[in-house]
Amino acid sequence: MIVIVDYGVGNLGSIANMLKKVGAKALTSSDPDVLQQADKLILPGVGAFDHGMSKLNERGLVPLLNHLALEKKVPVLGLCLGMQLLTRKSEEGQLSGLGWVDAETVRFKFEAANAHLKIPHMGWNTVEARRAHPLFTELEAESRFYFAHSFHVVCHDEEAILAGTDYGYSFASIIGKGNIMGVQFHPEKSHKFGMKLLENFAERVA
Amino acid sequence: MIRPRVIPCLLLQNRGLVKTVKFKDPKYLGDPINIVRIFNDKEVDELIFLDITATIEKRRPPFEMLAKITSECFMPLGYGGGIRSLDDIKALLSLGIEKIILNAYAFEDAGFVREAAAYGGSQAVVISMDVKKNLLGRYEVFTHDGRKATGLDPVKHAVAMEKQGAGELFVNSIDRDGTMQGYDLELVRRVSSAVQIPVIACGGAGKLQDLADAIKVGGASAAAAGSMFVFQGPLRAVLISYPSPEESRILL
Repeated sequence: MIVIVDYGVGNLGSIANMLKKVGAKALTSSDPDVLQQADKLILPGVGAFDHGMSKLNERGLVPLLNHLALEKKVPVLGLCLGMQLLTRKSEEGQLSGLGWVDAETVRFKFEAANAHLKIPHMGWNTVEARRAHPLFTELEAESRFYFAHSFHVVCHDEEAILAGTDYGYSFASIIGKGNIMGVQFHPEKSHKFGMKLLENFAERVA
Repeated sequence: MIRPRVIPCLLLQNRGLVKTVKFKDPKYLGDPINIVRIFNDKEVDELIFLDITATIEKRRPPFEMLAKITSECFMPLGYGGGIRSLDDIKALLSLGIEKIILNAYAFEDAGFVREAAAYGGSQAVVISMDVKKNLLGRYEVFTHDGRKATGLDPVKHAVAMEKQGAGELFVNSIDRDGTMQGYDLELVRRVSSAVQIPVIACGGAGKLQDLADAIKVGGASAAAAGSMFVFQGPLRAVLISYPSPEESRILL
């Protein structure tokens, strides 16, 4: 069973709808007993970094999530802000992130030649895989995903970058290290492409 | 490389979908759920729903219908019409509508825009402005389905809304609505060059080149259209269409 972590932030309805569509067993909860039983976790999120972290803190979920992700090695997929929360910190806020990946979150910063690019990076973009991963099973080359973000993840560990996306420069759009994974886009809003990726997380990630 | 978005803009009235001309003469198109399914199959970039009479009739958003729509749709969705509280916003976000479109209430209470952005994040707050040109050629923002003049200049309103934390602007030309004669590019250009946030152009698109012009000439980040995606031929027969990925390259 996949548990979508409900900490009051993010597009839970859409994620649950899409998982249902691919036939995955999923539910939305913030109940520690339910989280304990999860085979996999999805950490959703939209909005500001500190808002997200303080909501996790308010619900007292961080120690339990640390236990599940770091000790029990439950597969975790962070979506959008959920991916950024996996990092140590963000330029967007003061609070510490979960720090499960050796990375931090920074704001898009363009050189003069790309100064015309709007922030947020909003719309459909492609991803370029850097290495093979079960998340990419049967995803076609021209797969496109919906992005809406002003900040992005910078990995200190190059190995953790699974795919990059070009917006002014190439940034890490999919990361993965062991059981911890994150995507900067919204698979739940990315038609069949996002549906395939979530299906892969549900069925092909061990 | 990011391709500018092409967005069907669908008007809700009395639980049906309609299309207007210059904000008048709503023509019934059909059941929203059926039409939404077709757009979903066509893998559209994004959809915008506007309940055009919610504010006038002092109604809240049609949550039940929107819940049906979000369970069928796997693309970004925006909704506008009758949103007047954080509770409304909370309900919409939890249904899976990620873009909250404010029009009349943003004008009445600019502070609400700030509250909405603090609650859902700026990316979730879209300010819609319906704009008409007067006899002297001056642009003015209207609310209440184009019935109420505000005296506001669209550029000033756009800049103020950006300052309040809006994440996007939806600029709709009342004069061009439903005419399929092309966008009011001067209006789009004026607004998009005054703000940093993305601008969605709407009102007047009739062909692919119009969409490209909104981006390349108007400086918009996205091109929205109604008639072009729901009508076919001079008799305006209802037929849902959407540019293919190949056709959309014209926007690059």
